[in-house]
Amino acid sequence: MKVFYFLYGLWVLMMDIPGKQFFLFDPLSLFFLFVICVISLPSAVYSIGYFSPKGNPPAAEDSHYPPAKIILAWFLLFVFVLSMALVVTTNNVLAFLVFWEIMSLVSYFLVVFDTKHEKSINAGMIYIVMTHIGTAFLTAAFLIMYRYSGSFDYLAIKNACQTMPLGTKNTVFLLLLTGFGTKAGVVPLHIWLPYAHPQAPSHISSIMSGVMIKTAIYGIIRFVIFILGVNSSWWGVLILILAVISCLVGVIYALMEHDIKRLLAYHSVENIGIILLGVGLAMFFISLKLPYLAVFSLIAGLYHLINHAIFKGLLFLCAGSVYKATGTRDMEKLGGLIKKMPQTAVYFLLGAMAISALPPLNGFVSEWLTLQAFFLGALNVTGGVKLFLGICAAMLALTSGLAAACFVKAFGITFLAQPRSHYAKDAKEVSLSMKAGMFFLSFLTVIFGLAAVRIVKLLAKVAGAAAGLDISKMNFSVNNFTLSPQTGKGIYLSMPLLGLILVLLGLSGFMIYKLFSRRKAVIYKTWDCGYYKTGPRNEYTATAFSKPFRIAFSFFLLPYRRTQKVRESFYHVKSFTYETHTTKVFKKYIYDPMLALVFKTAKSMRRIQPGSIHLYLGYIFVTVLLLIIFMRNF
Amino acid sequence: MKIVLFISQLILFIGLAPLLSGLITRIKNNIRMRKGQSVFQPYYNLAKFFSKGEVVSDTASWIFRVTPFVVFSSSLAAALFIPVFIFSSPALHIGDFLVLIFIFALGRFFLALAALDTGSAFGGMGSSREMFISSLVEPALCLAIFSLSLEFGSTDITAFSGMHPVSVSSFAASATLFLVTLAETSRVPVDNQETHLELTMVHEAMVLEYSGRSLAIIEAASYIKQMVLFFLIAQVIFPIGLPAISGPVQSALWVLWYLIRIIIIAAAVALVEVTVAKMRLFRVADFLGFAFILGVIAVVCAVLGV
Repeated sequence: MKVFYFLYGLWVLMMDIPGKQFFLFDPLSLFFLFVICVISLPSAVYSIGYFSPKGNPPAAEDSHYPPAKIILAWFLLFVFVLSMALVVTTNNVLAFLVFWEIMSLVSYFLVVFDTKHEKSINAGMIYIVMTHIGTAFLTAAFLIMYRYSGSFDYLAIKNACQTMPLGTKNTVFLLLLTGFGTKAGVVPLHIWLPYAHPQAPSHISSIMSGVMIKTAIYGIIRFVIFILGVNSSWWGVLILILAVISCLVGVIYALMEHDIKRLLAYHSVENIGIILLGVGLAMFFISLKLPYLAVFSLIAGLYHLINHAIFKGLLFLCAGSVYKATGTRDMEKLGGLIKKMPQTAVYFLLGAMAISALPPLNGFVSEWLTLQAFFLGALNVTGGVKLFLGICAAMLALTSGLAAACFVKAFGITFLAQPRSHYAKDAKEVSLSMKAGMFFLSFLTVIFGLAAVRIVKLLAKVAGAAAGLDISKMNFSVNNFTLSPQTGKGIYLSMPLLGLILVLLGLSGFMIYKLFSRRKAVIYKTWDCGYYKTGPRNEYTATAFSKPFRIAFSFFLLPYRRTQKVRESFYHVKSFTYETHTTKVFKKYIYDPMLALVFKTAKSMRRIQPGSIHLYLGYIFVTVLLLIIFMRNF
Repeated sequence: MKIVLFISQLILFIGLAPLLSGLITRIKNNIRMRKGQSVFQPYYNLAKFFSKGEVVSDTASWIFRVTPFVVFSSSLAAALFIPVFIFSSPALHIGDFLVLIFIFALGRFFLALAALDTGSAFGGMGSSREMFISSLVEPALCLAIFSLSLEFGSTDITAFSGMHPVSVSSFAASATLFLVTLAETSRVPVDNQETHLELTMVHEAMVLEYSGRSLAIIEAASYIKQMVLFFLIAQVIFPIGLPAISGPVQSALWVLWYLIRIIIIAAAVALVEVTVAKMRLFRVADFLGFAFILGVIAVVCAVLGV
């Protein structure tokens, strides 16, 4: 099947090159191409160290990769990155589908790369089923578009969409949203994401979470905003609602997770939500004919997109380093790694600060822009819409608060205090190539924070081109240091100054500290209430840390306990196990019943397939007969 | 000239911050029919901490050491944003009200990490609870700012610091800010600054391992943070400004007027602390839910224009 697709893609390529230009290098495509390159490069460098047998913990002897497999990984990585690059630069719907499919298939092979684990196979299965359901929706949307345009070319379709009836347009929008939403991991289509992303090798997780799900955002911007054109305001509202749900569901599940990579995967669901808040707002403002705000919101969304690519890529690489050094991803078994792996700890901390939107790093700028887009938007609309925008903004604030809590947990439990097991005790700092990859991305988190004005200016071009709006009269900054939207008065954000002030004030605090240092600090054990010995078992755990959240959100998480006593006799309990679980609502109430239905249907279908060849011949005969009648009459 | 004024404003602001805490404690004691400590007790405490030695846990890493400075830096940076008598200071071009929230989040993030760093169960407990409360505070705070932004057309802090008409919306917003401030400055009914009982403490549990100079810096930072939040409420809830006369007289009057407002709010906080019982941790979610609803009411009123 794959070979067929590939050949067909080649054929399309051949047929199209002479007449039309096959590639599209407008600002939107170039922007996504940049995102792909900027994450793939450090991830590729990182993978050198990740695959090398050096530095594996003694416990994980079996996790060595044979040389043939490493070559295969490089090949798959190459095809994966290439297919993503082609997805965002092609100018042809058919070619888009072909590359989209190659991207999905190659990433499937990368998800199941560690074939030894049964988990990988299951994760891959869920992934490939979900991604194909998504592709089916996309194909349907593209076929409808083709019916109106008679061409697969973007611009031809764009022209044809001007005259498309509204009902069809709405259908196409919903099909596209479902298709791309599946790839992006929008709730409730996110089900595959937390399984698939953590199972791949870490540099692949980094590319999948950092870049691949962003190609779906590209799809939404390209096909909905650029080609289809937004003219109903409920499109934007629908995306905003889905985005808010994704944000909250993503972050609440992430808080419950203590597998460090799966925690990050759930945060991808959350951050896709934040990106879609920007995109949805932009669509909403386009339909209301507010071009400045539309461009501003789209800038916010795109800015968060590249920021998320950077810090999520970084965090996955760091999580990979932890996995490589310790052989486990379970946070409850880690701890104290800041002393064993000082550099990885710094990189992880930077990533955690960026994703928690703390100044002066990059995540903060894009969340500020998104919030401002809501605030400014509310000043320009009327009535109840203001309240709607306000509540969306408040939910974004809640999300960022919960994300901060989650990363206090992720960093604090993994890297701080004492090691909770031998896995963490024997950890060593990772190799140079891995550190180089992480350094590059953590450097970018700082740069993309401080150079906010310049980046916003560049993104304005991308947003303007994507939304088809004229940006020559729009202004987003006071000078080279200070962001300030044109429509609001007195709203400023100067990242370089903010960073400088934070550093200077921190230093002044240090000076005061030094000024009074008459006595040296005494190093002594942690206060233990007079008890003679505290150890790692007294430390707070990830599960305990998230307990308040589990109780506060119990209406959604539906937590339950499993306890088991092993008794030696009636009076003597030998061991006692206690587990806390949360119910995965979407799986239990949507996907499981759906699967059950599929199996039920398949079972009843079995009745017409009893294995008798005479019956089958009969079927064929009846089918032919029916077809002949059909052809005659219609 | 402007720089001098700006710095004097900052020094005044920081200098008076511990006094505010002393004042609240004093008012609380007096309401309870006790004689109470001196209002300058926080200064004595700071002086004491600075002169004492320091103990650092042997499981702690550099995060624990760096945190006091990060917390101090974040509180002080927030103080830069508050206009006491300078209304066009260069610092106001750094950021708006929203930036202020994120700056506080920076300090809180590090404090929560430092609490986990020592490996003590108290620290973890404090850290977990603090992040729980602060994350639920965010939406209410955001809505309060949102309604102010709707009313004054901007998230700029100076936009609502002068004279503005009395409205239901800004009243509801300041009530929201008041509840948020109770939570953020660890006051009853959310937290209790006076106790070190392990079952109830939140903020105190986080800083339990700090001593000496580091503790002094963290305490100073929390005084400043409290001052900043009180100023914000004062600006919103009292719509009466002063006529625009320039010169030192007007500035002095402004400072005086601010002090009166702050004292009124301090008295209100003290009254709440004395009369209300501390809530269970999980009731705090309801408390902040109430703050959120108040925020929604503020937005609705702002939309209706009342």
